[in-house]
Amino acid sequence: MSGTRAPSDGRIDRNRPLSFTFDGRAMTGFAGDTLASALMANGVDVIGRGIYTGRPRGIVAAGVEEPNAIVQVERADGVSEPSLRATTVELEEGLRVQSLAGRGRLESPGDAVDAGRFDARYAHCDVLVVGGGPAGLAAALAAGRSGARTILVDADTELGGTLLGTRDELDREPALDWVRAAAGELAALPETTILLRATAIAYHDHQDILVAERRPDARTEGRLWHIRAGQVVLATGAHERLIVFADNDRPGIMLASAALTYLHRYGVVPGQRAVIYTTNDSTRTAAAELTEAGIEIVDVVDSRDGRAVSGSEGGDRLEAVVVDGERRGCDLLLVSGGWNPVVHLFSQSRGSLRWDDGLATYLPERAVQATHVAGSANGVFDLDGCLREGAAVGARAAAEAGFGDGRPPVMPAADGGTAIGRVAPIWFVPAPEGETAEARMFVDLERDATVADIRRATGAGLASIEHIKRYTTIGTAGDQGKTSGVVASAVAAALLGQEPGALGVPTFRAPYVPISFAFIAGRDRGALSDPIRTTSIQPWHVAHGAVFEDVGQWKRPRFFPRAGESMDAAVLRECAAARTSVGVMDASTLGKIDLQGPDAGDFLDRVYTNGFAKLKVGSCRYGVMCRVDGMVFDDGVTSRLADDRFHMTTTTGNAAPVLDHLEEWLQTEWPELRVRATSVTEQWATVAVVGPRSRDVLAVLAPELDVSADGFPFMTWRESVVAGLPARVFRISFSGELAYEINVSTWHGLAMWEEVMAAGERFGITPYGTEAMHVLRAEKGYPIIGQETDGTVTPQDLGMEWVVSKTKPFIGSRSHRRAENRRPDRKQLVALLPLNPDALIPEGNQLVAAGTDLGSRPVPMIGHVTSSYRSAFLGRTFALALVRGGRERHGEAIVAPLADGTTIEAWITDPVVVDPDNARRDG
Amino acid sequence: MLLITCPHCGPRDEVEFRYGGQAGVASPADPEALDDATWARYVFFRDNPKGPFAERWVHAAGCRRWFDAVRDTVTNQFLDPEPRR
Ligand SMILES: [Zn+2]
Repeated sequence: MSGTRAPSDGRIDRNRPLSFTFDGRAMTGFAGDTLASALMANGVDVIGRGIYTGRPRGIVAAGVEEPNAIVQVERADGVSEPSLRATTVELEEGLRVQSLAGRGRLESPGDAVDAGRFDARYAHCDVLVVGGGPAGLAAALAAGRSGARTILVDADTELGGTLLGTRDELDREPALDWVRAAAGELAALPETTILLRATAIAYHDHQDILVAERRPDARTEGRLWHIRAGQVVLATGAHERLIVFADNDRPGIMLASAALTYLHRYGVVPGQRAVIYTTNDSTRTAAAELTEAGIEIVDVVDSRDGRAVSGSEGGDRLEAVVVDGERRGCDLLLVSGGWNPVVHLFSQSRGSLRWDDGLATYLPERAVQATHVAGSANGVFDLDGCLREGAAVGARAAAEAGFGDGRPPVMPAADGGTAIGRVAPIWFVPAPEGETAEARMFVDLERDATVADIRRATGAGLASIEHIKRYTTIGTAGDQGKTSGVVASAVAAALLGQEPGALGVPTFRAPYVPISFAFIAGRDRGALSDPIRTTSIQPWHVAHGAVFEDVGQWKRPRFFPRAGESMDAAVLRECAAARTSVGVMDASTLGKIDLQGPDAGDFLDRVYTNGFAKLKVGSCRYGVMCRVDGMVFDDGVTSRLADDRFHMTTTTGNAAPVLDHLEEWLQTEWPELRVRATSVTEQWATVAVVGPRSRDVLAVLAPELDVSADGFPFMTWRESVVAGLPARVFRISFSGELAYEINVSTWHGLAMWEEVMAAGERFGITPYGTEAMHVLRAEKGYPIIGQETDGTVTPQDLGMEWVVSKTKPFIGSRSHRRAENRRPDRKQLVALLPLNPDALIPEGNQLVAAGTDLGSRPVPMIGHVTSSYRSAFLGRTFALALVRGGRERHGEAIVAPLADGTTIEAWITDPVVVDPDNARRDG
Repeated sequence: MLLITCPHCGPRDEVEFRYGGQAGVASPADPEALDDATWARYVFFRDNPKGPFAERWVHAAGCRRWFDAVRDTVTNQFLDPEPRR
């Protein structure tokens, strides 16, 4: 027989029936049901299958520790979530539920995106109480009454914890009356907050607790609370555990407390003929309660009497168990193998655990943070003790937070209580047939892992529970071994001939229960996941069809295709324009730092490899920065605005790291230097006008400016009015061509761009993007930080000794003299010209010497390609590469073996392949 | 997430800070006087103790100031009540 709905009883609302389907079958439950209780009431025995064995599996538990009843749930609004535990899903009208057989499969969601809306909230409190059972309620009352700002979180839909599934009394009244009164009092306290459906999933350093709150009736599905708590009370309860014997996984075998919870809380009769198999006193009243519900008690097997259940029979439902060698017909086996205090959060908070022989489990030992534990989480299992310890701990926590005198409030008296007494644990029951039965003795139901698996692990020589966990996968499923962890440790200890507590338990890790990525992400998704930075000229780029690429957080035009034009064709056209007439590029994203102070020149001498202190006002200089290890960190042009003021530029991606670097050295090494560094990246828009006709364009825009080669020479800057706008014009070049970078206030960026476009129209001015910029600079052998460099490249490797001072110290100068950094076989920057001028070597491709036997292993690699392009100017392909001893190899052949098995042969040359004499930069 | 006390701004979430490694590593006064191995020790080697560790932090998303603090690497607790500026 399967489960049925009791005619009365339970905390469900029988006036509110709810329809749902399970694997297509129409079913009915009631408001107040969980999906699990509704399935059980509808007679469903098999909800899952062993992921490897395919064996039928039924409901084992009534809470988060459930290992079997894992389902896919589609709600009426169409939102579908996989891998939910039926025991923690509130029944709703219209749920469509599917069992997940075997290992399951990841459905391709197509373009569908989880539209679930989740929020994050941040809160601070004096006392956080986790768990709203008797101990937690008592703690919250004590803390709340003291005036401490108190937050009580509970995962369930109502307060009461285990009292919701028992018939306990307090002061001779139903205990739930007291729960209701306590909840009412807490709700009325001005500084106390109650969060229901809220699971504390992580307890991090410095009292940082994450709480996942489901909000089924709200506009958002949930909130992830980040709570910083002065004191934390953990009243997280305990999970009953199973007993391992042969075929202990049949539907109908469940935790004893779960069976009683289904009966009392949900009004579900879980079977008709029951055997109780226990190791402790917690099942003391179970037989009477089951009998009252009309369930026949076949036998009560108590390990303390030396009796054992050693096997079971049945198919999709339990039919019999074997007790002391005799067959007992039954459809329900209630198991209590003992209790595991829920120490997950305590352990996450770095608290230590100790083995308790009397309770045969691990208990909190020593807290590291301001953590208090109360109730069964602390090994106190009788109701009276839970209330008293909760009150005492709550009062103490409040006092330590500065509220109240620490004296616990008076709690009602429990009638008798249900202590578990001394536990006589059975870790696994040997089968008459011997070790072969161990492959059917399930330790971790969700992972389908058995005693045989543990024996294989210990037989392979594993003696650490962390290793055994990974070898057997026990405890690695979604339930994280809530029912299996302690059992697995004790079974392994037994197989190793050690005491049950000898091995400890694997590290408890957050989250305590699985939550979806959407829950974690909250609003930080899509466009809100990371800031998008755009320049003031962005609207023009968009209007003119630019294809964008991400450079850090910036959106930069990559190229500006004409109708029907390919990227390759567009880039060749853009490059040709810059080399033959005039091109224009938005360079506003370059990092810009304003350096002020009488020691600014001295400071730059220390951070750049070359000298800046003697740079004249009005002049610009290219500089390279290294880290203390001597490796290239950034480069850019810095200009002197005044004796005590410089305008530094950085690469787009390094703007913030360079400012941090400058601040670090200024503050921690050279506090005596009078220099201030300020980011002005966002304050300036930069329009780079590039090409032989750029002077003509500037002349039109700035008639008062002497733009002649002598009047405005290379590497100088001028303050001027350009197109009626105040501007700084820098005559610098990242292409080798005559070029001017016009800087104006960001407010004027778009206007300046449009003026430049208008003035250049008669010269066919061509906007170009980052791709053409990369080609133009590569033709000149200019490295890009992060492309030619990767943190292991010195300026000397790049062939830039000319930029490294021999006479002054700078950051990294001593490292350049390390023997390792002067080895002649270091990778050095070269250019490659493929023998086939149409062959493009993929960027990142490895390189081997000509004549290398590609069949040998490992293939001796001597370098790699860092950049590779088609050059409009040369009419051929070329690449930049880092090659061992490359400077000595100019003129040699080198081979790029491609992933597809073909090769490209190339000549090694000097990295400057266009205009090595710099004849073009004056136009 | 750690709660780090900036000496200028007070306690703030860890996300506002950047870590700066071991504190009190003096820059050699005359790097050229050192042999390669001694210089490499300064550049590449840092302590990694189990227990109290003096380290540098910068309040990167706040006042941008550097400061030193002593943290127990076992418990992550900061040991000095008032971090040094
Ligand atoms: Zn600060």
